[in-house]
Amino acid sequence: MKILVTAKRVEDPESKIKVKPDGSGIVQEGLKYKINPFDEIGVEEGLRLVAKHGGEVVVVSIGGKEVQEQLRHALAMGATRAVWVNHTGPLDQMGVAGLLQKVAEKEKPDLVILGKQAIDDDQNQVGQYLAEFLGWGQATFASKVESLESEQEKNKVPALQMGADNKSVRVVREVDNGLATLECALPAVVTTDLRLNLPRYASLPGIMKAKSKPIEELTPAKLSVDVTPKVQVLKMASPPPRKAGIKVPDVATLVDKLRNEAKVV
Amino acid sequence: MAAVLEQARSGAVPVGGAFLFNDVGSVRITTPELFTEEQRLYLKTALQFSTEQVLPQAEKIEAKDNALLRDLLRRAGELGLLMIDIPEAHGGLGLDKTTSLLIAEAMSLQGSWSVSFGAHTGIGTLPIVWFGNEAQKQKYLPKLATGELVAAYALTEQGSGSDALGARTKAVLSPDGKEWILNGSKLYITNAAFADVFVVFAKVDGDKFTGFIVERGSPGFTVGPEEHKMGIRGSSTCPLYFEDARIPRENLLGEVGKGHKIAFNILNYGRLKLGAGVLGGMKLQLRNALLFAQERKQFQTAIASFPLTREKLARMTTLIHAVESMTYRTSGLVDAVMAGADKTAADYSARLIAAIEEYAIESSIMKVYGSEALGYVVDDAVQIHGGAGYIEEYPVERAYRDARINRIFEGTNEINRMLIAGMLLKRTMKGTLPLFEVAQAVDEDLTAERLPKARVQDELAAEEQAAENLKRLAIYTLKVAAETFGAEIEQRQEVLATVADIVMDAYALDSVVTRTRQAAGEGKLDAVRVAMARQFATEANVQSYARARRALCATVKGDALEEHLAKVARLELFTPYDPVELRETILQAVEKASGYPLSAV
Repeated sequence: MKILVTAKRVEDPESKIKVKPDGSGIVQEGLKYKINPFDEIGVEEGLRLVAKHGGEVVVVSIGGKEVQEQLRHALAMGATRAVWVNHTGPLDQMGVAGLLQKVAEKEKPDLVILGKQAIDDDQNQVGQYLAEFLGWGQATFASKVESLESEQEKNKVPALQMGADNKSVRVVREVDNGLATLECALPAVVTTDLRLNLPRYASLPGIMKAKSKPIEELTPAKLSVDVTPKVQVLKMASPPPRKAGIKVPDVATLVDKLRNEAKVV
Repeated sequence: MAAVLEQARSGAVPVGGAFLFNDVGSVRITTPELFTEEQRLYLKTALQFSTEQVLPQAEKIEAKDNALLRDLLRRAGELGLLMIDIPEAHGGLGLDKTTSLLIAEAMSLQGSWSVSFGAHTGIGTLPIVWFGNEAQKQKYLPKLATGELVAAYALTEQGSGSDALGARTKAVLSPDGKEWILNGSKLYITNAAFADVFVVFAKVDGDKFTGFIVERGSPGFTVGPEEHKMGIRGSSTCPLYFEDARIPRENLLGEVGKGHKIAFNILNYGRLKLGAGVLGGMKLQLRNALLFAQERKQFQTAIASFPLTREKLARMTTLIHAVESMTYRTSGLVDAVMAGADKTAADYSARLIAAIEEYAIESSIMKVYGSEALGYVVDDAVQIHGGAGYIEEYPVERAYRDARINRIFEGTNEINRMLIAGMLLKRTMKGTLPLFEVAQAVDEDLTAERLPKARVQDELAAEEQAAENLKRLAIYTLKVAAETFGAEIEQRQEVLATVADIVMDAYALDSVVTRTRQAAGEGKLDAVRVAMARQFATEANVQSYARARRALCATVKGDALEEHLAKVARLELFTPYDPVELRETILQAVEKASGYPLSAV
């Protein structure tokens, strides 16, 4: 089977992120970047499925030359080849989904796996748009029944289960009140939640091999996608600093404050 | 200083020790800024392994959980971290020494793990890589590469430490000629409790020092109880006993009577690697100390804003920068010699060993300087932690204890100081280094009171000249001692050690200035790097001239002494900088990066 997985380049959450004084964006100097952790989980799941069922994982990223770093990371984890959509400049969620739609139509994968969201803007929209654009079934927030300490996880058993004839996929989803199970006809779009798997590290032999794996370059123009954003970012701002808390002497005072000051009970 | 070596002028790789006679920046040096994309990715994986798999388990490791340590080695093996120095033909990756060192750096965040990893990949595995025959390589290396087998190295004995060849363990061939029979014992053997393969040195027939491969479970071979150590408590350290231990005849490693070649070459590489093996720990301690100082408030003020705390943090950073600059410069020299060599050639190992041996002076510098820099860094880190630094709960307490062994193993720092000065003299005698020729020129310049100016007139011109003058100081002092004592100089350990100290500061300052200029390319020098170079130059000058005077006082007397002192005083041109300004420039970068500001990934 062929699995297409996304690998967005995002700011490393361990970097100190600061908004520019004029609110036009964040200060990029000195920032570190990495593959979106949810996408990394997607790559891992793709690799496990391929290990079990055969086939290949193709990884895709959109951005300037620098996103090749994230593509190489996915290749070093074990993806077979990469597609790089070379685009700098503003891009909104529909633009991303539009580009991925064309890549998917070109690659014709059985499954597209994306992170449920990217940790930079936490939009949680692209997977859903993409399924809609492609007219495919979708299963968002894929999770698994077993814990991340389980034997299944240690043995890298894929959490996504293929139907007997490899024409459908069974996905356990994390929802507010527990787990829901969906069965989707293939091809389908799946987005990953945090508790789907623990991604492998890029091994040293993997990194060496990744050097010679191909990265195909595409552009929005080549894919005939108009990426003019419909969503405009007007201004960015840091959240206001949290006010210091107070200690109350007893429960009665707490209840009183909750009722009369916070007006929540 | 005029480049005396024709060979250096030709653009070839400089010979070992040449830095002392070549101009600052005359040869491009390897630095973290020049790491390849692959090297950065290797480093990332290794650091991720260290921070996610090793550090969170530090307490279990320290409780001597040998099964865990072994499991970590196996997991490191899965990632290829044990494969760097093993050839591809035998299940390894056969990568360059710079890569090997940067992995060692990444593994050094936790002391016990670092030592266990180093014993396995370095002293345990390398003797077989370099000196094993094809059958031995095929049998052991693929499994050592994956961590399925764990290796150890047994050289030290009760009566022979630094004097390694004084070993008393004895090997004789059995009457039927099928086995070696070993008798004796070994002491302080890392990984002993769980290693499968031991490289053991014994004297064949009581006089021919020889290496052997001994497998766990060999009849007559037992591993003794764990030692209770000051630091690196999680690593296993036990004695080994051989009581008519029988090992197959084919387990002879190398040739009978050639064990010293194994032992010394393994030590050379271990010393080079030690510089890297302290870097990760130093960077972690800097970060932890900074974060602690930013949290800890006294007099309603974070202690990170007190000048004496800032001074310590800046000093730690400068030391790390110096060690880092020397470390990768030195591994880069070995790689440059080996560039383009056919890794599958029969003589590849022999050439590699020779390349590492070539830079034995630099390797001894890495060992001494690296271990002592680590000592200063952990000491400052404990001090910044105050009372908390003395409590086991805080990792810095362990780091302080763990650091101490570095000044002892891989040849004590005393032995290595003797080697630095001793090898300079030996290579001068052999004619590969021009000590006396250059010393003569230095003497003439000093007598005539003319000293060449820095070649590059930039913001680091004074530091360049300070580095050149430190070299002149070392050369001049060593020449006076050599002329005064002749062959007896070997007994003058204080003088030799002092020269070694000046040589080390010269290598460090030369490396720091060169790196800073290289990093700027054609552009402007980076202010933080310049501040570190200036801070380093200031400290190195204060120390070195006092040391030189002391060495001269221990060498000559009376008028001759006065004359020498007057001459070396002419070298001391460096005007120190305002230390407060320097450390503020450095510290702002450290604060911005939440730790060491020049990290490669």
